[in-house]
Amino acid sequence: MDPINFVILAAILFAIGSAAVLLRRNAIVAFMGVELMLNAANLALVAFSRIHGEIDGQVMAFFVMVVAAAEVVVGLAIIIAVFRARQTISLDEPAELKG
Amino acid sequence: MVNAVLFWVIAALTVVPALSLLFARKAVHIAMSIVLVMVGLATAYVTLGAPFLGVVQIIVYTGAVMMLFLFVLMLVGVDQKEDLRETLKGQRWIGLLTAAGLGAFLVSIVARVSIPAAEEAVSGEPDVIAQLLFEEYVLVIEVLGFLLITAAVGALVLTHVPRLKPRRTQLEVQRDRVRVGADPVNKPFPGVYARHNALDVPALDPEGEPIAGSVSRVLKIRSQTQEGEEFRAQLEDPSRKEGDR
Repeated sequence: MDPINFVILAAILFAIGSAAVLLRRNAIVAFMGVELMLNAANLALVAFSRIHGEIDGQVMAFFVMVVAAAEVVVGLAIIIAVFRARQTISLDEPAELKG
Repeated sequence: MVNAVLFWVIAALTVVPALSLLFARKAVHIAMSIVLVMVGLATAYVTLGAPFLGVVQIIVYTGAVMMLFLFVLMLVGVDQKEDLRETLKGQRWIGLLTAAGLGAFLVSIVARVSIPAAEEAVSGEPDVIAQLLFEEYVLVIEVLGFLLITAAVGALVLTHVPRLKPRRTQLEVQRDRVRVGADPVNKPFPGVYARHNALDVPALDPEGEPIAGSVSRVLKIRSQTQEGEEFRAQLEDPSRKEGDR
């Protein structure tokens, strides 16, 4: 089977992740959607690395993983800080910034 | 080329649990299904000739990131209700349409492309990756190190709560207790002569009176305590010897 199918799989996973970000109100669940999108991008990178027979795609996927780990740490810290301030993790609550 | 059965297994193992992001109610269930997705993706990486990335995926995502998610879920309370009111009218349908449209668009484009795949997968063994990382991309590695340290410090700063009042020392706590009128020393332990299950028997003071405070409050509420009077009688009865029942 052609490895390009993995890119299609990555596209589907990316769509599911973006739907979660758009639809869910729970900040943690939306954040997991972001994680899924990053992983879909990783899968596409690795699949392309396999298709072209170049290893650089895998190295890029590795970099994405590191950045994603840093992003998770800061993001979850922000969620905890928001939760401490207003006892909720709903994404609709913090609406003070609207004009 | 990739084994077709393996591909379909991976596809099922990733897409089906990923759908829980949209349909599951409890955040913990979603986190556990995302763990499954990560395992499926690790399998995909190994299949595509990237064993190092597969192992890193398991360690970083299922091992660290998702456990961090579960940790935060525990911290904010597992039973946080998701509120289902729509603040923006029709946002749900617009969001669903947009995401489905994006998916359909990407899939239709990718399905139309045909790139002749390389016959043999490149080796994604750790030594090959390491060679590339520490030769060509060594600057990126350095920058990533900075990024990770910054992220760690940022998380510390964000979750740090400054102390509003100075910390109370043990001396102050004890002084306040005595000022309120509490007993400055420990409460007496229950049990006289450590007979049978002596937790239910109050201690006796020097006059032989039972001390009510020495028995656990829980046992008192369950009325599983004994009076202690019988032991006082034993104390005063000279005809009974030690060890008699």
